[in-house]
Amino acid sequence: MPGPGVAAYLILSVILFATGAFGVLIRRSPLIVLLALEIMLNAGNLALIAFARQTGTGSGQIFALTVMVVAAAEAVVGLGLIVAISRRQVDLDVDKLTTLRG
Amino acid sequence: MTNFIVWVVWVLAALSLLTSGIAVVLFQNPFYSALALIGNLASLAVLYLLLAAEFVAAAQVLVYAGAVVVMFLFVIAYLGGRADAPWAGRPGPQSLAAIVAAAAIAVEIVVVIAMKAGDQLSTPAEIEDGFGSPAQIGQLFLGDHLLAFEVTSIVLLVAAVGGVILGSAVPRESRS
Repeated sequence: MPGPGVAAYLILSVILFATGAFGVLIRRSPLIVLLALEIMLNAGNLALIAFARQTGTGSGQIFALTVMVVAAAEAVVGLGLIVAISRRQVDLDVDKLTTLRG
Repeated sequence: MTNFIVWVVWVLAALSLLTSGIAVVLFQNPFYSALALIGNLASLAVLYLLLAAEFVAAAQVLVYAGAVVVMFLFVIAYLGGRADAPWAGRPGPQSLAAIVAAAAIAVEIVVVIAMKAGDQLSTPAEIEDGFGSPAQIGQLFLGDHLLAFEVTSIVLLVAAVGGVILGSAVPRESRS
């Protein structure tokens, strides 16, 4: 019996990505939108590492590590924005944060 | 027999990955969502280990579960972690559209992969022992991918400076 192939990991990654996308679309709290974004980035990472194992090259893992760094940077800036918004006594609700809308 | 154990671990990790992912999205309290994200990241680390990516798994636990989630928890605690109910008082169309959009994304990805990949996904490559080890990652980072490594450090620096500036800016009206 062969172990789980790359297709199994890809299906998992797709479901996880759809879960994250659903969270970004449905939630109003910017904190949870950020958490759902992290889920989407991690789904991408899972696919990258599955392909790295499939092709036997390490570059996919390097890419995944870089994505991890970008995700950390994104969390820092996103949380900084949320703190700055909450200091202005605005409701933390992505439907009400429309001041910058063009 | 080894493959059977691998399958058991895979199924357990996959189940906990999907349930914790759904929990992150559906918990009303952001604090619980962040805690569920830890479970999500831990089960991802298990899957990375199954894929012979030891260093990435370790980095996942250290950087994500250790640093990023702690930062989330700090901010949620600072802001008071107000609960927002995803469903309450919200009419159906928006939730329905979100479900349809997420399902459409999933179907699109599956169709594109199935069309493009064909039968290339069947047999994984043979890998040597050191695959995914810190030594190999380090060689790749400082060899083939040196530019990505350096750009990464600049991205981190910019994010750190940006975080400090965003966090320390006090709005004019509340300055005494």
